[in-house]
Amino acid sequence: MTAPTLRIEDLVLKFRTYSGMVDVLHGISLHIQKGERVALVGESGSGKSVTARIVLGLLQSLRTARISGHVDFEGRDLMAMHDAERHRLRGTKMSMIFQDPTSSLNPVYTIADQFREVLSRAEPGLTEAAARQKAVAALTDVAIGEPERVLDSYAFQLSGGMNQRVMIAMALANEPSLLIADEPGTALDVTVQAQTLRLMGELVEKHHTSVLFISHNLGVVREFADRVYVIYKGRIVEHAMTRDLFENPRHAYTRALMSAVPRITGGGIPEIDDASPDFLAPLIVHEGCAEPGAPV
Amino acid sequence: MKRTLTILIRNPLSLLGLTLVALVVLSALFADFIAPFPEHRGAVVDFANFNRAPEWPYIFGTDLVGRDLFSRILYAYRISLLLGIVVLVIAVPIGVTIGLAAGYLGGWTEFVLMRVTDVFLSIPPLVLAMSMMGLLEPTLTNGMLAVTAMWWPWYTRLVYNLARSEREEGYVLAAEVIGAGKAHIMFREILPNCVPSILTKMTLDLGFVILIASSLSFLGLGVQPPTPDLGSMVADGSKYLPDSWWLTVFPGLAILVAVFGFNLLGDALREILGAEQ
Amino acid sequence: MTQTLLSLRSVSKIFHVGTREVRAVHDVSFGVAEGECLAVVGESGSGKSTIANMVLGIYPQTLGEIVYRGNALPARRDLAHRRAIQLVQQNPLSSLNPKRTVGASLRLALDVHGIGDKAGRWDRVGQLLEEVGLPADLRSRTPAALSGGQRQRVAIARALACHSDLVVLDEPTSALDVLVQARVLKLLDELRKSRGLTYIFITHDLSVVRNIADRVAVFEKGRLVEINSTDRIFTDPESDYTRRLIGAVPVVTAEEQALRDQLMEKENADA
Repeated sequence: MTAPTLRIEDLVLKFRTYSGMVDVLHGISLHIQKGERVALVGESGSGKSVTARIVLGLLQSLRTARISGHVDFEGRDLMAMHDAERHRLRGTKMSMIFQDPTSSLNPVYTIADQFREVLSRAEPGLTEAAARQKAVAALTDVAIGEPERVLDSYAFQLSGGMNQRVMIAMALANEPSLLIADEPGTALDVTVQAQTLRLMGELVEKHHTSVLFISHNLGVVREFADRVYVIYKGRIVEHAMTRDLFENPRHAYTRALMSAVPRITGGGIPEIDDASPDFLAPLIVHEGCAEPGAPV
Repeated sequence: MKRTLTILIRNPLSLLGLTLVALVVLSALFADFIAPFPEHRGAVVDFANFNRAPEWPYIFGTDLVGRDLFSRILYAYRISLLLGIVVLVIAVPIGVTIGLAAGYLGGWTEFVLMRVTDVFLSIPPLVLAMSMMGLLEPTLTNGMLAVTAMWWPWYTRLVYNLARSEREEGYVLAAEVIGAGKAHIMFREILPNCVPSILTKMTLDLGFVILIASSLSFLGLGVQPPTPDLGSMVADGSKYLPDSWWLTVFPGLAILVAVFGFNLLGDALREILGAEQ
Repeated sequence: MTQTLLSLRSVSKIFHVGTREVRAVHDVSFGVAEGECLAVVGESGSGKSTIANMVLGIYPQTLGEIVYRGNALPARRDLAHRRAIQLVQQNPLSSLNPKRTVGASLRLALDVHGIGDKAGRWDRVGQLLEEVGLPADLRSRTPAALSGGQRQRVAIARALACHSDLVVLDEPTSALDVLVQARVLKLLDELRKSRGLTYIFITHDLSVVRNIADRVAVFEKGRLVEINSTDRIFTDPESDYTRRLIGAVPVVTAEEQALRDQLMEKENADA
């Protein structure tokens, strides 16, 4: 049995501020097996984005951050690594795509330059010609019809949807084991978002990439993820296979989230309590979803 | 408040800035009580004690007519701070108003106001001040006028840039949709958002105004004797280097302390207020 | 028979970008009845924001006219026009002046339009906050001390402060969390019905539209593609574009999935 691509156990995060310690994550646990698409669903301030940053090793160097717990990537302990080792993994074995594609790309470099930078992280000696060839292939994979033209363009010359696809291509160019997607498509039009997610789904299927999908949009999660963790104020409150979660949400917070989403079939706007104490009820895990190594 | 104090005290440079500025301000305010020879700020002569190296009771030595350098420096601080404050009190409102109008109103107003500002900005500041002083009598008041004339454009440019970006913000749109007048939007909506940057710049500027005024006096274009002025003291003393070194070194150090202190404090303020560059 | 409060007649807007001409809105005509909620939907480039801006008088139309209560609105709006048509913006962070208290921002509307007497306005500000479900003493706080949902409620209170007839809402809940969005939508719905307000509700979120709007106007690339009652639009849309828009909405329940599939089948059948 191979080690899960990602295994987080009891992750705690606190920040030291002028007014004292602020608890952000209260001990969360999650795992992603190879090829799985796991969603982390929560609202703003739930801690979902900082979790991604810890996995990428981006928060560890912050002086005001206090992190404890286990984060294992393909069996290796990320917390025990030096910054340099974590740095090596970034962009090569694990990569990330962000919410706003146009502002995540550097405006003063062409797409080709940025691609070359990404590709040379994995292969430092890559020639310009070889890099360009690989870039063209990657762009074709994301259904971009004129890869040569796009490579010579700047981010501001391309549409949001195009930039999103470029970002996906760059993120998958080095065949990472883990792709972290932070609210992808949120800044895009709904038709473009639908296309982009479909495309992303096909690609990760093809490359057997594991995906950590961070979102606040339940509808998108339902279409894309295999398994879902619901996070509220730094705690995981429910964990289920996607179908289970949507057919039978059990935790008070999940149920509130589900009923708060307006339906295209109508039914009016529900009466919602947005801060019930029931939301802090303990974790509910559905069948078939235990953490590896957890007592049954 | 707690955050302000923490920033000021934790960072050694901020603390240094605060200390130096406090020294300067307290010296200026309480010169009458601290100076061992308060009368030496005027036209006093004491040839028995002239040109003495630093030793008690003349801790910084005496000048060529026997006046205590330490006392004169304390009073010079008073003059410099006064100059700085008056210049800023006049230049800042003028500069800020022009910047707000140009930045928010746009169109021809923006064009005309900013081109005029550009003209002033393109003349090297000291040259402008010197030319003005050349035309007018060299007095403290005229010195202040000259420095003011070259100072306001910097505030115009600062506020112009800020106003241009603030006018795209939602709250400005909201005020326009409500029907608020242009004056209200400029002064009651946009200006409060420029204040952190303006205050920071004013603090930094106090040090620079002192420097420019000293430069003018150094060139003989500022205050006239017997008014104590740091720049004049440095100028007069420079002829006697390196023998009567104290005549130049102490006033020079005094300028350094003031400029450095205000600079550091300005940086700390920038961090506290979250101001722009 | 309800009156038409506002109508656009053959309105076009052309922007000049450098040497190019960009037609943001092309020959659009539609009306908004008094007391209704008209949703204006479209993707980026549809022209929906441009239409909102023209209705609000932020810039004039290039062609056509915008008629309010039977009179064409001039390019430069006077205080009476400003009072009648108000705005709720998308971004709760930037729509309130960070350097002024929430109460001061609300009071501006009262001061500009001379509502009530000076002495009583601060009290009125407290009342306005309570009408949107916030405690009156929030008026002394700055926006930084409020959550996104609270700020948006303040923005709504501001839009209602001078008893406007027509409120333009430009993606009012898009920047809010799911639970907060539901609360704010409910508030908007209740306020409209209890005060007989008219809403022009601009959004890209069709699931919100289904539950809050009486009629829907669909825009694509500056043109009005379809305008109909909400029910008709969602059960039997006329245009393929509308079908595709609904088909792309990420849904949460099996029933919605069925509705989408049904609409997409129709499109494929017609093709």
